[in-house]
Amino acid sequence: MSDLAAIKGTPEYPHPLESQVNLVGNVWRRFLRHKGAIGGLVVFGLLIALTVLAFVSPYSPTASNLPERFEGPSTAHWFGTDALGIDLLTRILYGGRISLAVGGIAVAISLLIGVPIGAIAGYYGGKLDSILMRITDAFLSLPPFLVLILLAAILREVDIPLFQRSSVFTISFVIGILSWMTFSRLVRAAFLTLREMDYVNAARALGASDLRIILGHILPNAVGPVIVEATLQLGYAIIQEAGLSFLGFGIQPPTPSWGNLLSDAQEHFIKYPWLAVFPGIMIFLSIISVNYIGDGLRDAFDPYKMLEKVGEYT
Amino acid sequence: MTTYIARRLVQTVVLLFLLSIILFALVNLAPGGPLSAYGQGRRLRPEQAEILKRQFGLDKPLPLQYVSWLIGNDWTRVDTNGDGVADASGSRLGILRGDFGFSYRTRKPVLDEIGQRFPNTIYLMSITMGLALLIAIPIGILSAVKQYSVFDFIATTFSFAGQAIPEFWLGLLLIIIFYVWLRNPFTGEPLLPPGQMSGDNPSLMDSISHLILPVLTGALGWVAWYSRFIRSSMLEILPLDYLRTARAKGASERMVVYKHALRNALIPIVTLVALDLPYIFTGAVLIETIFAWPGMGRLYYQAAVERDYPLLMAVLIIGAAFIILSNLLADVLYAMLDPRVRYSE
Repeated sequence: MSDLAAIKGTPEYPHPLESQVNLVGNVWRRFLRHKGAIGGLVVFGLLIALTVLAFVSPYSPTASNLPERFEGPSTAHWFGTDALGIDLLTRILYGGRISLAVGGIAVAISLLIGVPIGAIAGYYGGKLDSILMRITDAFLSLPPFLVLILLAAILREVDIPLFQRSSVFTISFVIGILSWMTFSRLVRAAFLTLREMDYVNAARALGASDLRIILGHILPNAVGPVIVEATLQLGYAIIQEAGLSFLGFGIQPPTPSWGNLLSDAQEHFIKYPWLAVFPGIMIFLSIISVNYIGDGLRDAFDPYKMLEKVGEYT
Repeated sequence: MTTYIARRLVQTVVLLFLLSIILFALVNLAPGGPLSAYGQGRRLRPEQAEILKRQFGLDKPLPLQYVSWLIGNDWTRVDTNGDGVADASGSRLGILRGDFGFSYRTRKPVLDEIGQRFPNTIYLMSITMGLALLIAIPIGILSAVKQYSVFDFIATTFSFAGQAIPEFWLGLLLIIIFYVWLRNPFTGEPLLPPGQMSGDNPSLMDSISHLILPVLTGALGWVAWYSRFIRSSMLEILPLDYLRTARAKGASERMVVYKHALRNALIPIVTLVALDLPYIFTGAVLIETIFAWPGMGRLYYQAAVERDYPLLMAVLIIGAAFIILSNLLADVLYAMLDPRVRYSE
């Protein structure tokens, strides 16, 4: 077999460049073979759709209606009513907007911090690398949930532009700034191997700037693990918001979030258990669906593991 | 190996130093500074606040404050009445000599407060962790040996579910089930208490009944996580040649799995457990809050509510030291247990 055949490709083995072009399609096809991931995608999509459509509910998420307080689940109030007589389902749906938004923004913030740090450390190496990695280590050695509480407790007292007291952005920021370390480690590791590749040398020889090499040539090849990690971090961020709000350091009522709904329930759940059951189910569903999506993505980006699973790889 | 450990210990000191700066800056840049939460409820008179400020050295620039927080100020003279003449010696020993200051809330030394709560957290967390391992190891082994069986499917699903259940929600659910719904058939009382540690001189039954719910709540997540890890660790080892050799020499399957394979599969678990050791110090804030467990987590939560900064700082710094040392322990154990791993000297 000559080299030429390998370059041109054969029908069974498509040309490497062709499969490159279709990378997204390949990942998607492998993702679709993961039943759990499809289930997760459907459930998570439904959750988002429901929270977006919260306004369809005939009830207000904040106006109290004391005569109807603590009503059990019924056809009028599917999830019952809370201590103020507000329809719990409506509150949960509006709370979902907040909880999911906090999760998304927090992951975006940790991506914005972690990816550049990892890229710079991995690309330039040397002194810069060791300084950046020591900072990463320092953040990694703080007890995560405890620092989260400390930061939230401090920021609860301030009211500066951008960081309004207990706003969605403030809470997301606090969660995000404490969870970027995995990203910087992942990206750095990828950069360390990729920067030695011939194609990077070729780009450099052609006069590409560092920025162009980092953004255009190396980063796209490191994107797989970052996406997988971001998915898993989304679930983590949702659970962190819930825990924080549960303790009273997160989103403050009357704005509902899944965490502070559970926190409100704490006083009454012995007599009215549905108050605690339903918000928790939403947190559980969103996290388990996100985790399944992450698992599917991991397999999709790592074809060998997937092939092993379905038994095609010997 | 010794050189490696020595180098890591030096790194630990550097890292803790860096962390202490970050934490110190954080607390001191907080609005109103560290004194803002002093004496909750009773507002300090301005002149009192001035005296306190000078005594704590808060009138000095931040870097100097950091130094006296770190190594104390008993070797300097402090100007307590503000007349420009230093008239008394400083009273702080600094955290390096174990003086983490006084709790704003109780006015007791921070270390005494921690010493009181620490045993309760060790008690709860070590039982939780031990139980989690006892359940997780057999589950992990079985689902690896019978990969893709019904059992494996159930265990894997359970593991996914277990990792997704927020522990505080699980705690509330368990209280609903075991305190509200289920009753003791003889006395008609709730089956299990909804929280708190047992009282003074408890009977064994009493201690156990108070432990069940918090331990179950905490263990579920760990079981889910450990069992999944043991499964994949076993799966990596089961196809290896040395097991085939053992089988070829006539070892029974039981012997191969439980003696030859398990010993190596457990190596990563040992490191994983070592990495989770810090929780034995910091405890689980949410679980201790729900079950009113008088441990470190609840202490920290109360301190955060009242912004009791000396206490918060102490728990964070000691917690960070635990984390860093556990990381080192994990690495050392790994090298000791797995002869293939050698750290470059």
